[in-house]
Amino acid sequence: MRITQQKLLIALLTICLSFSGCTTVAPWQRGTLAKPQMAPDPHPVRNTYQTHIYNSREATTGMSSAGGGGCGCN
Amino acid sequence: MILRLLIFSAALALSTSLLATEIGEKMPDCSLIKVNDAQHFKLQKTHDKVLYVDFWASWCPPCAQSFPFMNELNRDFKAKGLQVIAINMDQSLEDTKTFLTKYPANFTVMTDINEQCAKSFDLKAMPSSYLVDRNGVIRYTHLGFRTDDTKEIRALIEQLIAEQP
Repeated sequence: MRITQQKLLIALLTICLSFSGCTTVAPWQRGTLAKPQMAPDPHPVRNTYQTHIYNSREATTGMSSAGGGGCGCN
Repeated sequence: MILRLLIFSAALALSTSLLATEIGEKMPDCSLIKVNDAQHFKLQKTHDKVLYVDFWASWCPPCAQSFPFMNELNRDFKAKGLQVIAINMDQSLEDTKTFLTKYPANFTVMTDINEQCAKSFDLKAMPSSYLVDRNGVIRYTHLGFRTDDTKEIRALIEQLIAEQP
């Protein structure tokens, strides 16, 4: 019983410590976050094109969509 | 103990929501600095003017879209009693000046260096705009900028200008 309580305390402490790293960024402080290089996908058009080519060539793996015949035309 | 924590959290959440500046509330007073001549400016109600207060930043694309509209408002309503006040929230004055070279403003541009004005208004988004009547009451708030809403804003400005304090 005592061990369970200790484990619970450690788990709670870990959760609390991990949340202490979070902070709220005010809407007017998002200048740095708004930069293009901060976007999760900074080159969406290029990446979509590359993914399309990759899926076409690796047709058997079918990574993110159904594979084609290798021609890149679907 | 858990109950006390829950009550404390609920009270904190409630107090935060009560701080928000909403329609029907008095506009908070705050101190600003003019971008062009670094003069101090006190944002407060003026009986002779309806205020259009807009918070913006150079990194925010909709803010850039709103500048031609604010220039139009200043051109069409300044003589009738509207004052357009654009409050910049950039961290670098250089960014502000570069933006203003690209998007010239014929209205008053201020900067909120210590972020006190933004905190008092409890900004939720960029850009945020507020229409304040001659009694200092916020009559309209708008988050973001959409050209579809400009007609409504213009109509409301005309209505507020026609009202007596």
